[in-house]
Amino acid sequence: MQIYLPIAEVSVNAFLLLGLGGMVGILSGMFGVGGGFLMTPLLFFIGIPPAVAVATEANQIVASSFSGVLAHLRRKTVDLRMGTVLLIGGLIGAALGVLLFNYLKSLGQVDLLVRLCYVVFLGVIGALMFVESLNAIRKTAKGAVIPKRKKHGWIHKLPFKMRFRVSGLYISVIPPLLVGLCVGVLAAIMGVGGGFIMVPAMIYLLGMPTKVVVGTSLFQIIFVTAFTTMLHATTNYTVDIVLAVLLLVGGVIGAQIGTRIGVRMKAEQLRILLALMVLAVCGKLALDLLLMPSELYTVGAVEGH
Amino acid sequence: MLRWLLIALLFALPVRAEEVVLGLSQDEVAITTSFDGSEILIFGAVKRETAIPEGELGVIVTIAGPPEPITVRRKERRFGIWVNTDAVEIDGAPSFYAVATSSPLDDVLGVRDNLEHKVSVPSMLRGVETPNTVLDASAYVAALIRINTNAGTYQLLEDTVIVDQDTLFRTRIRLPAALTEGAYETRIFLTRDGQVIASYETAIDVRKVGLERWLFTLSRENPFWYGIMSLAIAIAAGWTASAAFSLLRN
Repeated sequence: MQIYLPIAEVSVNAFLLLGLGGMVGILSGMFGVGGGFLMTPLLFFIGIPPAVAVATEANQIVASSFSGVLAHLRRKTVDLRMGTVLLIGGLIGAALGVLLFNYLKSLGQVDLLVRLCYVVFLGVIGALMFVESLNAIRKTAKGAVIPKRKKHGWIHKLPFKMRFRVSGLYISVIPPLLVGLCVGVLAAIMGVGGGFIMVPAMIYLLGMPTKVVVGTSLFQIIFVTAFTTMLHATTNYTVDIVLAVLLLVGGVIGAQIGTRIGVRMKAEQLRILLALMVLAVCGKLALDLLLMPSELYTVGAVEGH
Repeated sequence: MLRWLLIALLFALPVRAEEVVLGLSQDEVAITTSFDGSEILIFGAVKRETAIPEGELGVIVTIAGPPEPITVRRKERRFGIWVNTDAVEIDGAPSFYAVATSSPLDDVLGVRDNLEHKVSVPSMLRGVETPNTVLDASAYVAALIRINTNAGTYQLLEDTVIVDQDTLFRTRIRLPAALTEGAYETRIFLTRDGQVIASYETAIDVRKVGLERWLFTLSRENPFWYGIMSLAIAIAAGWTASAAFSLLRN
């Protein structure tokens, strides 16, 4: 069934979009990532103009993360307090990131920087997670007791301590604020929701339990992507509501299924799968940069239209 | 003096021996939600008051979508990786262009008339605005033609105009599903021995209607409420799915 999209001005197959939305929704529910980094290239591929794809996807992610958060709330695996602290840091970071982005743009070569950032970050995060979770799986297979990660370093001497009951943490608000801030800056520069940076940061830097991380990440993604949607709708007029509806019907159902799969899986398995996915996206981006493209020219809309 | 010259010129012009009488299966295309491209039948006749002149008759039909400014970017290798380096803004390139001819284009149209009437894709794009700052702007125009031809937005349909008894002609041109709104300028040329002897111009109006029209207008005129509406739909859908699944579980 073909449907004409009023803003994208192309005709697309409705069932294909439902399927795409469902697939990305499952990943979102499982890992607590928005899925934009996967959806954007897929939408380009079926002929949606890039600007419309990026803006509309933000709207779709609002729906699938909201659906996912509700499922996690029922299981009490969302740390609302931690989510709020991360979100405050994230919003400040995003504002700084936009300023930094405009400064880099005035210097030129921002495109190159963004891509390099992307590849380096994905590569490092993916590799670290992969090695860590592989070791964890090996240890559990040997039957060894996993030593609980309890670091009483300088982080615990910081002031403004707060109790995050769901995560089982009693730490200063400064580290989560900083993590939120850094992810916000990166998200604004790279134009992504930041889920796949936020999730490892929460696990490894803040020491939150993997199960809580997914729901909490989704919670803060809702607000970030809602803000992005409004920004695109009012400045670039690129949110295609018909495309969004088709994607989010699949997305919200997928998120519910993904949450259920995620709950059944072991934390290490979840982490290793996320690591593999991040590495795969990183590999694809790296190949795009290194291999000679078959067509050296690309046609796009004039900037600012 | 000038007036006399003009009158003299008028009389000097040859009397139009042949003219185009045109019909279109539709002069409006409505884009609805289920729009999946549209085929337009263009037909007509050659009107003449004298006997059929000497020379091979050719018929050329072109349809051009509304022009839109675009950017063509070129990738180059820098420090071992491929990045976009230069970009050229091209104004006035049509969003869609199709040329249908009764015989191979080079047979029915000479080089000079092709350039003068901007018929084929390259000659149609010869006059487009490109900045003087780039040395090889023509390479960017060539890339634009190549990419659009591969995507099917620029088409050369040779031998698709059927001519009956040197008088009646007809052709079908398919407008793709990815259409932008606007007036699609339609031209018909009659040629004899590669020279244009008569031409006719009209326009096909392509417009979004119904829901498509309403959403498009809303997104442009009330972007804030359009954004709020998108978010409301997203939240409602997220809640519905969650509620439905918890019902299923119980």
